Amino acid sequence: MSEDKIREVLESVAPLLVDGSPHAVALGLKIDQLEPDGIIMRAPYSPELVGDPETGILHGGVVTALLDHACGLAAFAGLGAQDTPATLDLRIDYMRPAEPGLDVVAEASAIRAHGLVVFVRATAHDGDRDDPVAIAQAAFMVTKASQAATERAKKAFGQGETK
Amino acid sequence: MSETLLQTLLNTPYVSKFGVSFDYRGDELTGLLPYKENLVGNPLIPALHGGAVGAFLEITASASLIVSQPLDRLPKVIDVAIDYLRPARAVDVYARAQVARSGRRVANVRVEAWQGRRGAPVATLHGHFMITPASKGTR
Repeated sequence: MSEDKIREVLESVAPLLVDGSPHAVALGLKIDQLEPDGIIMRAPYSPELVGDPETGILHGGVVTALLDHACGLAAFAGLGAQDTPATLDLRIDYMRPAEPGLDVVAEASAIRAHGLVVFVRATAHDGDRDDPVAIAQAAFMVTKASQAATERAKKAFGQGETK
Repeated sequence: MSETLLQTLLNTPYVSKFGVSFDYRGDELTGLLPYKENLVGNPLIPALHGGAVGAFLEITASASLIVSQPLDRLPKVIDVAIDYLRPARAVDVYARAQVARSGRRVANVRVEAWQGRRGAPVATLHGHFMITPASKGTR
């Protein structure tokens, strides 16, 4: 499938990719960029998501969820926006705490998609991408369970004809 | 352990928002993430969000470090590696951590999360945490 076609599918399902996920909504995640070769997502700063009341620093879990979600979308895009794969593993290095008051932005892209497996790399930062808050690497795979979920999603939202 | 520090962890906005609680006997702790709709990642399966499960594993690791020894501050996460073994269904999640090694500055922790059956874990975490053991005077 051509890049333009993938982009078209991504755009058509974009509203579902965050709003269709209650946890992503609870964290206030937003998509900044949705391209076949890279995803940019944002976790807006919120006092509700603080992990250390003394410093006001966001909880590491917010960064974990943001990276997991962004990597998942990058893997989906990497597979030509046809299959939503399951996460096999997610490795995160927390380089430094995010600045209190600043949004955390994750940039994720699929490094290689081959067959059923996709490898994704992501960086999370709070404004300067050269000064990361965290870096992540993840592996995804299309499984029977994830395929069944994709089929259900296509039926529910009439995406079947995009194939 | 430090009751106050465990309470501080429970009271942090993020931890209380998702209703995490701990059950502990001595230095053995089990974390509970009660099912709520706002934990769901994909409503069509329905499965809990991988990030929510990952965060819960991290919180349980921190809590286990707190009950295993006197600390001055909340542990700080350095790195984690999370393996997702099964889709986490839309029910409660439990987790238990094992402190593999705890030094003067860094601790190495492994955590396992499960739902219905302890023998069928949904996810595991292996991570390093920066710790500040309480100085003798403050114990």
